[in-house]
Amino acid sequence: MANPCSYPALASLNQHHSNRNAKVLLSELWDSIVKAIHLLVSLDHDVYEVAWRSLWIALASCGISFLLISLPLGSLIHFNRFPGKMILITLIQTLFSLPTVAVGLIVFMFISRSGPLGEFGLLFTPKGMIIGQIILVTPVTMGLVISALTGVDKAVPETATALGASRLQASLITITEAKFAMMTAFVMGFGRAISEVGVSLMVGGNIRGYTRTLTTAISLETAKGEIEFSLALGFILILIAVVVNVALLLLGRKRGPIRWLWSSS
Amino acid sequence: MKRNWLTIALILIMAVSIIAGIPACGDNDDKAPTPAQTPIVTQSSPTPESTSVSVLPGKGRLRVATTTSLYDTGLWGYLEPMFEKKYGVELDVINVGSGIALKYGENGDVDVLTVHDKAAELKFIADGFGKERTIFAYNHFLIVGPADDPAGIKGMLPEDAFKKLAETGAATFVSRGDNSGTHSKEKAIWKAAGYDYAAIEKTGRWYVEAGQGMGPTLTMADEKQGYTLTDIGTFLAFEGKINLVPIVDQGSILLNVYSVIPVTKTKKPEMAQNMVNFLTSPEIQRLIGDYGVVQYGQPLFIPCAGQPEPTS
Repeated sequence: MANPCSYPALASLNQHHSNRNAKVLLSELWDSIVKAIHLLVSLDHDVYEVAWRSLWIALASCGISFLLISLPLGSLIHFNRFPGKMILITLIQTLFSLPTVAVGLIVFMFISRSGPLGEFGLLFTPKGMIIGQIILVTPVTMGLVISALTGVDKAVPETATALGASRLQASLITITEAKFAMMTAFVMGFGRAISEVGVSLMVGGNIRGYTRTLTTAISLETAKGEIEFSLALGFILILIAVVVNVALLLLGRKRGPIRWLWSSS
Repeated sequence: MKRNWLTIALILIMAVSIIAGIPACGDNDDKAPTPAQTPIVTQSSPTPESTSVSVLPGKGRLRVATTTSLYDTGLWGYLEPMFEKKYGVELDVINVGSGIALKYGENGDVDVLTVHDKAAELKFIADGFGKERTIFAYNHFLIVGPADDPAGIKGMLPEDAFKKLAETGAATFVSRGDNSGTHSKEKAIWKAAGYDYAAIEKTGRWYVEAGQGMGPTLTMADEKQGYTLTDIGTFLAFEGKINLVPIVDQGSILLNVYSVIPVTKTKKPEMAQNMVNFLTSPEIQRLIGDYGVVQYGQPLFIPCAGQPEPTS
């Protein structure tokens, strides 16, 4: 136990500490913003390389998940009636909160040399990371594809059928009608993929120049005590997310891009 | 018509994103080495010119799992390009605790290990997972803590210091708690001090298990104004970022020996052996001994390849 006499000293020490910390925090935040800008304008090779890898791995896993899995399977689930359909949809939505580290661990166990898929040598490669991210992202994209389709007015396929469209044609019309909401599904999946760290760290191994992404670099630099640099990388990650999201959403707007960005609705 | 165009554009973007991914991640074992890159945090140490001796024609990847203290201090970032240049191979350095590194070795997921946990290493080799343990450097662990030393353990032997910490329970001790080499060393000190580690873990709130690497553990000890056991390299790299100071730095139990072990299951035994030869070569030994002198004013690692294993 501390000696009672030392309390005032302790209190003033604490106060001093928190004042100093507030200043340190502000200056660290500011320095990291400056550093992020500096890294971007100075075309720092390593940072661009890591940022580019983050981007394409996330786009690839989200693209595969969306186009090859969620769009066809989600449509099949939506356009068909079968017992347990609601249970399946609830299950998919529950998996939105699949913990990234758990997915990382399971994928690790499967693709490790001593695991069932060991012979393919996927561990510590970008391919392995993409597999992990697909598993992570697919519930999100599929769940949102289904809700996008559910959101389309029932009158649309009914009218189409009344006008002589086949069941397939009516479904395709519904999918076309839902495309803006589908874009949200893709954007959300992309956001989950590019921001996750569990799969990338466990399955990728954070190898410099090969599997290091922005998130794993942030965790490494933080462990090394390079807080400013970590934060700067964090700002770059957010910047990428902003650019990708705006680019994708702009595609779906009827108004001109500038007018849409400034519009209130 | 406009809507169709938009749909096509959207699908094109997604298709391109998939295609962009496929070639870039293919052929992971035959990818030509990229030009030597600087580590993501630039090391100021100069690169010696005399490293390219024999460039072998075979290109591939060699995976080494390393204890964090050799990586977070920047040593691997410094040596990696030299090894890649000398042997014409892409070196993948995976930065984890010694415990996971040995696990990766057991699975055959990596080719070589650089670790610092003698007891676990000997078991690893006895179990047939590793070929031979070759020591290449050592330094010492430290017990660090607040400058005013609230537990009053300054200058004690590590065993006595731990005993006092456990008996009083007044000062916080932050443990790695992650089965790393440093964590193993901590357990060994508890044992030498006459304590059962399982009991220590449950004695109370003074004993904090971080479950993280050395850097975060040091930060946590600093925040809690507590003590922790650290390797000297990581501590020096964190000096100036934290307020902890060395409290106990004498005692033969604090010896920290780094060794390199080729993994039995490796498919590249020759390249794995090259790593052993590389780390124990006189030239690299000299570089390891000089590493950090400019930045920290003292060497972080003492080279010891070919010598009898240090005992204190």
